Amino acid sequence: PAMAQKLGLGRTALPEEIAAWNGDISPDGTGLPIGQGDAIEGEEIFATKCAACHGDFAEGIGNWPKLAGGKDTLNHEDPLKTVGSYWPYLSTAFDYIQRSMPYGDAGTLGDDETYAILAYILYSNDLIEDDFVLSNETFLDVAMPNADGFIVDNRAETEYAHWRSEPCMENCKAAPVKVTMRAMVLDVTPQEEAAAVPAPEVEAVVAEPVQE
Amino acid sequence: MTHKPSRRQFLRNTVAAGAAITVAGKADAQSPDPLITEVQPWAQSFGDGVDETPYGLPISYENDVIRRNVEWLTADTVSSINFTPIHALDGTITPQGCAFERHHSGAIDLKKEDYRLMINGLVDTPLVFTYADLERFPRENHVYFCECAANSGMEWAGAQLNGAQFTHGMIHNMEYTGVPLRTLLEEAGLDTAGDLKDKWVFVEGADASSNGRSIPMEKALDDVLVAFKANGEALRKEHGYPVRLVVPGWEGNMWIKWIRRIEVMDAAVQAREETSKYTDTLADGVSRKWTWEMDAKSVVTSPSPQSPITHGTGPLVITGLAWSGRGAITRVDVSKDGGMTWETARLAKAGEKMALTRFYLDTDWDGSEMMLQSRAMDDTGYVQPTKTQLREVRGLNSIYHNNGIQTWLVRANGEAENVEVS
Repeated sequence: PAMAQKLGLGRTALPEEIAAWNGDISPDGTGLPIGQGDAIEGEEIFATKCAACHGDFAEGIGNWPKLAGGKDTLNHEDPLKTVGSYWPYLSTAFDYIQRSMPYGDAGTLGDDETYAILAYILYSNDLIEDDFVLSNETFLDVAMPNADGFIVDNRAETEYAHWRSEPCMENCKAAPVKVTMRAMVLDVTPQEEAAAVPAPEVEAVVAEPVQE
Repeated sequence: MTHKPSRRQFLRNTVAAGAAITVAGKADAQSPDPLITEVQPWAQSFGDGVDETPYGLPISYENDVIRRNVEWLTADTVSSINFTPIHALDGTITPQGCAFERHHSGAIDLKKEDYRLMINGLVDTPLVFTYADLERFPRENHVYFCECAANSGMEWAGAQLNGAQFTHGMIHNMEYTGVPLRTLLEEAGLDTAGDLKDKWVFVEGADASSNGRSIPMEKALDDVLVAFKANGEALRKEHGYPVRLVVPGWEGNMWIKWIRRIEVMDAAVQAREETSKYTDTLADGVSRKWTWEMDAKSVVTSPSPQSPITHGTGPLVITGLAWSGRGAITRVDVSKDGGMTWETARLAKAGEKMALTRFYLDTDWDGSEMMLQSRAMDDTGYVQPTKTQLREVRGLNSIYHNNGIQTWLVRANGEAENVEVS
């Protein structure tokens, strides 16, 4: 393509700078650091750095994410999406753990620590044995159960093709419209604290015929 | 869900302002109005001097026009969401101070002097820019909506949250000033990348979560902005100060805040935010990925549960917002009977591409119950679907991209409620 004239702004990034920030790891393992760890080492680190939120067995505590379990639940009413049941690539887990975990103290894990923690998560998902050494060399040997569980956005065929017709304007429903569900029944909407002023009685609005 | 004051308190607050004027229509005054016949303090003495407020906030009477959090939605507040008070706003521009926030590791404090933007990967020369460098590139201005992919996501399984702020408020619409991403990529040089058709950029933020996302080169070279001003002023801290990505029409997660690095790549990284999250699971357990565009959508903002009718029968302004990530809104229809019959609303001005559009239906309310709906159309001919239509294709577990038609049940007393209808 025809490129615009350069303005000569910015300066060349140094290799050390690129290395410091370029942490992304691709599904084929590109970007993985040299290192290794197993689930036994990982269990100890996980207990210290991760279990307070994610549970001793990566099963999650309270509202915090569950990292293990949920096998074969993706077509259930309430699917449990974890590293084992849902994530397609192991690279994502390494990348995310090393870059953004532990929550509140991100970017502090060494390469071997990350391999070990990830091995423990895989072990907790029954995806590896406890003597499996996860390393940059064995990384692609781990089969992720839901690797084939994703399709590229297909709305163009499944939705747009059908929803571009002129819409109905009158008599659009076969039967009279009825309310089928009400948010007030659930009553989970946050509500305001009581007003400081005494609330006036709310009078019902009296419906009156429109005066023409 | 520790505190849950009564529904009565909520209505008390929302209705209090209008409670004194429940008489319908224009009633002739029985006695002179003292607000007219007596000299009021504001007409007699002074107001505030010009040195009172170097940077002002809304008047105290508007204290309810604020972002709101829904505690039970997330584990804590730093990887969480809050909601724009769309029920109380008009026009299309969102005031930055109440525009929704979504962070994955909190709103960070990053000053311009400390700011660096790196471009690396398949470029001729990897570059580092300072904030001052960015201000020297030719700029553009554009108005776009930023809608969280999860907006209305809590409503997939049914009517849950009672208010347009909560069901549709993960959105804001601002006028951005910035540099096209294309300009910055060309400054680094793309000859090395070869055929650009199959190339990607991976973009990440400076915060701990990083929020890295892969964007196809075609979009990156099209209309993506590296923005540093919104609605005329610097970005707010919580919206990415000093620099964020603006990705017109695409899900809000890709609008990387505090952007620090752009890498030109051969393939998508498949980062956490495009595998574990922002993938949409269908009924058979297979999940869509890369569902980037936000489809045409609309909502009636008033009347709505937080904005009940308090003036009785007679003239009523039904108003709302419509938008589409695939182009401009061309038409909005409104139904008062749950979709049996429709009237075409008036657009405040012609829809603009990937921006909020305001619609009005000026009507005469006879006091009978209404099931209010709005239905948006965009310039691709797409008609906003019902929730039933969406569920037929996707099931109930998509989490993201719920653009189904919303229904408010407006009762004879003017109160409104989030419902679903047959």
